[in-house]
Amino acid sequence: MSEDILTVAGLRVSIGGDEGRAKVLDHVSFALPRGHILGVVGESGCGKSTLIRTLLGILPSTARIDAGEIRFDGMDLLAMGERQLNRSIRGSRIGFIPQDPYLALNPLFKVGTQLLEIMRWHAGGNPAAHRARLIGLLRRVQLPDAESALDRYPHQFSGGQRQRLLIAAALACSPALVVADEPTTALDVTTQQQILDLLRELVAELGISMLFVTHDLGVVAQLCDALCIIYAGQSVEIGATAEVLARPLHPYTSALLACHPERTAGFAGIPGAVPSPLRPPPGCRYWPRCPQARPACRARPAHLVTAAPDRDVDCILFEPGV
Amino acid sequence: MTPALLKLRGVSVVLGGGKRLLRRPVPPVRAVSDVSLDVRRGEVFGLVGESGCGKTTLGRTVLGLQRESAGEILLEGKRVSSLPPHAARRARAAIHYVHQDAAASLDPWWSVGHAVEEALIVNGVRDAAQRRSRVEQVLAAVGLDPASHRRYPHELSGGQLRRVALARILVLEPRLIVLDEPTSGLDVSVQATVLNLLLELRARLGLTYLFISHDLSVVQRLCDRVAIMYLGRVVELADAAQAFAQPLHPYTRALLAAAPSLEKQARIAGALIGDPPSAARIPPGCAFAPRCPHVQPACREQEQVLQEATPRHFVACRRWRELS
Ligand SMILES: Nc1ncnc2c1ncn2[C@@H]1O[C@H](COP(=O)(O)OP(=O)(O)OP(=O)(O)O)[C@@H](O)[C@H]1O
Ligand SMILES: Nc1ncnc2c1ncn2[C@@H]1O[C@H](COP(=O)(O)OP(=O)(O)OP(=O)(O)O)[C@@H](O)[C@H]1O
Ligand SMILES: [Mg+2]
Ligand SMILES: [Mg+2]
Repeated sequence: MSEDILTVAGLRVSIGGDEGRAKVLDHVSFALPRGHILGVVGESGCGKSTLIRTLLGILPSTARIDAGEIRFDGMDLLAMGERQLNRSIRGSRIGFIPQDPYLALNPLFKVGTQLLEIMRWHAGGNPAAHRARLIGLLRRVQLPDAESALDRYPHQFSGGQRQRLLIAAALACSPALVVADEPTTALDVTTQQQILDLLRELVAELGISMLFVTHDLGVVAQLCDALCIIYAGQSVEIGATAEVLARPLHPYTSALLACHPERTAGFAGIPGAVPSPLRPPPGCRYWPRCPQARPACRARPAHLVTAAPDRDVDCILFEPGV
Repeated sequence: MTPALLKLRGVSVVLGGGKRLLRRPVPPVRAVSDVSLDVRRGEVFGLVGESGCGKTTLGRTVLGLQRESAGEILLEGKRVSSLPPHAARRARAAIHYVHQDAAASLDPWWSVGHAVEEALIVNGVRDAAQRRSRVEQVLAAVGLDPASHRRYPHELSGGQLRRVALARILVLEPRLIVLDEPTSGLDVSVQATVLNLLLELRARLGLTYLFISHDLSVVQRLCDRVAIMYLGRVVELADAAQAFAQPLHPYTRALLAAAPSLEKQARIAGALIGDPPSAARIPPGCAFAPRCPHVQPACREQEQVLQEATPRHFVACRRWRELS
């Protein structure tokens, strides 16, 4: 058994559309050690959901994986066929908590029917046992009236309650890896805190590893062992959470932290906008907004360099000999 | 004092409870219970509370999308409650709603530009050139690049969809906007852009916002006044600065303590304990009593109503004086 449950190396993904190909991911690399929680953080539109769709093999039909490698538990995911992915990986070995709890549940069917169907498909076997396990999980995610929840329809739950239904569903098949796309954005802080505690507990108890996508650095600070910062489709900084938050190295990480409400009064954003993936700037994608940019940045192909122990940064400032 | 644009008097909303043949009945849920508040012209009024406490239901009721079971709603001094559904919505045409879930509010077959323009057509803007320039302006204003008007919802990220949903309402220049979690899913940088836009539009167009959010750092900095809800009731209501500096209700304190911080050590001891409440079985007396660290037997007997603790600061707790 390798010690990393998931490794992504040099991943590039583009999506075709009316206006040409959008280079949505342009060199993403990271590793997730077994039993750890890795936070993936980045501005809206930087490609976080696309990364997850690539991992799960649910990219739109016009998408293309241009380069890179994804290994899950020693297996090459990108080399796997649709059938194999569906039957033996997706849902059963990799659980998924989607970003949008409204779209993930069919409004016409009872919640229980939908969730139990997923479990039957992936875990096979005894429906009564599935029901009991699901209700137990619903209780643990603090859903009120867990017993009767399965007989209700999606519209009878609030936004945050739907989110918790999906968290329980993702854990129901005892996956090895859980991929969560902003699972707490629809939750108030007290419920969020309980869910984060619960996720931590379950990760330890069930030996799960987790990839946790979010834009909230406060949540990362509370939950994740390590984090990977993505900017415009490029992984720009990777390291242990506390270290990165205390001493950011990449200029983008510094700028992002500086906008955090704890570190600024008022509403300050990073000047400029994330470049469109249709027309990305050449070289490092951050240079048009970077206060430390220099001419050579425009020609620098994306790659991570080890800037300090346990810290990888994709920036010319940390290139050896610069 | 600026006059109230919107007044709620003892508004309650009961959901569900319908019996259907061969189906286990869903118990009726008292999602909103005896809520009274004023939203003043030009202010940002925050509505905060635990997931499932009835914020969206209250917002939908204000809009006339959900019928109130009891109580009175006044818009600019005119009574707009107890009307049949169609008339209720028409009487409240000056109020618009930005949906909590951006994706569900957009038609997947319509391009972004079409969706925004449609809002103008429905509201009677005839001139096509004028429509186009307003669409362009509003898309730029929410920080979307001009080419995005040709894109379809599935081609946009979660945060981008949220901005489209916002653009579609802003382009109508309503007087009161109910914003349901408008910043959830947005990173701090984009969030700042959207919030600055909201403030600028308020100043320019004289808008008033009812701002539903669970992001306390945003509420603290954006809102003029704030109401904290628990299980369908307002338990505290005050100027935002006051509520955050000196929270009086034990629930408000627990809420403020739970905000995730960049400093991991800042982790709090005051985390809420106990099971979350079910709106279908509201406990007698103070609804927060089963989870309150300061509960006394009397709390479980008397229902608590809002009282003015200090000027303009209201709280529904019988022990606020001893606890503060
Ligand atoms: N089908 C598509 N066709 C063209 N462009 C797309 C498509 N899907 C996504 N994109 C673009 O790819 C970029 C990344 O999208 P993605 O949904 O991965 O972002 P994200 O990081 O999850 O953002 P958010 O935090 O807002 O959810 C965005 O700029 C988006 O507009
Ligand atoms: N159609 C319905 N039938 C029965 N119960 C409902 C219905 N819609 C909502 N509820 C219940 O009413 C309560 C209030 O829901 P509401 O959507 O207003 O909460 P909310 O405060 O907006 O929560 P969130 O922050 O999670 O969005 C919840 O307990 C929910 O389960
Ligand atoms: Mg996303
Ligand atoms: Mg809601």
